[in-house]
Amino acid sequence: MATLRDIKRRITAVKNTKQITKAMKMVAASKLRKAQTRMIEMRPYADKMNEVIAGMSGDGEGLHPLLVQRPRKTVEVVILTSDRGLCGAFNTNILKAAEKLIAKRKEENFNVSISVVGKKAFDYFKRRNIATRNSWVGISGKMSYSDVQKIANDIIDSYINETIDEVFLVYNKFRSVIAQETQVVRLLPLTASEGTEETTSASTVFIYEPSRQEIFNQLLPKNIEVQVYRALLESQASEEAARMTAMENATKNADEMISKLTLQYNKARQASITKELMDIVGGVEALKE
Amino acid sequence: MEATATKLKLEIVTPFGSVFSDEVDEVVAAGSEGEFGVLPNHIPFLTTLKVGMLIYKKGSETGYFFVNWGYAEVGPDKVLILADSAEKSDHIDVQRALEAKKRAEERLKQAEKFDQARVTAALERAITRIQVAEKK
Repeated sequence: MATLRDIKRRITAVKNTKQITKAMKMVAASKLRKAQTRMIEMRPYADKMNEVIAGMSGDGEGLHPLLVQRPRKTVEVVILTSDRGLCGAFNTNILKAAEKLIAKRKEENFNVSISVVGKKAFDYFKRRNIATRNSWVGISGKMSYSDVQKIANDIIDSYINETIDEVFLVYNKFRSVIAQETQVVRLLPLTASEGTEETTSASTVFIYEPSRQEIFNQLLPKNIEVQVYRALLESQASEEAARMTAMENATKNADEMISKLTLQYNKARQASITKELMDIVGGVEALKE
Repeated sequence: MEATATKLKLEIVTPFGSVFSDEVDEVVAAGSEGEFGVLPNHIPFLTTLKVGMLIYKKGSETGYFFVNWGYAEVGPDKVLILADSAEKSDHIDVQRALEAKKRAEERLKQAEKFDQARVTAALERAITRIQVAEKK
């Protein structure tokens, strides 16, 4: 049986852990608030941009490299994970969904190329010796718009020079603090049929100013940027939410463990006192004789 | 037969949130090819916007916005503005705009030190902001 000192030591250790998880939870909560506001501000813009694109792409088939439909050979999967761990099943869920998508596309005889954002996905594929086409590590938390542009431009360039023919984004969509949802979104090619159910605007013919070509040249790459940005923001908010929940559970578990250990400690203490008393009584009895 | 619209749904959205959303009667905005006005039943129209003023009329009420680049999608019953940033006239920080104007003007004089295209753009933004702010 564990001695008193052993138990005492364990209680101290658990208490220390609890303090850390509690602090991490608080940090995650404040980061979450920031990320969430940013994400909520961005959502309407990204949605409206998608609507506009869906409306006009039907009317510009083949006018821009990003609108050209071509036989698909290589499918690109862009996976957004976090750089740091201790956020519950956040990364596991994403990687599972990504693996499923990759397996399915491979079965359909496509080449699959993988790009990753975040250290967790990077490590995951490295450990399995799967080559990634591109990786961005260390941007979560201090992500700037130029990071987004880098990622978006890489996707656009690779698509235009036909290294990749279809692009999927896999990320965690923020539903609420306790619920994040794995999302698989097709980013490219842009087609009218893939857009939102905007049948009225999908069939209209627009007047363009300056030229249609000019607007497409500006708006299409911008849309990719915006959609990537949005996914990154959603992913970031989800990460902090997942971490907050995970840390809250950890704190709760630590509490439970402390009370269990304290009980054990008290029992052991009492047992030793009883034993000492018995010894004394035994000694006194012996002296009497 | 399509019902004819009598109102326009004006929506102004930026990456920092939705700025305005309401039914209005008339919208005037600064397109890259010049100012344009929109009344209900406008033909579908898509344009880029430059730095400029956006005016809407709703009954007797008139509102002014500062719009910093973006796109406008016009339909028979809606005007959708996707702007990099947009501010209502009474939300503009005039003091800041005045300072930005002064700074830009000074930098314009030191042609070799600063990127002139950026300075000109900053100056244009500041001047437009001040103009819009005066409209309230």
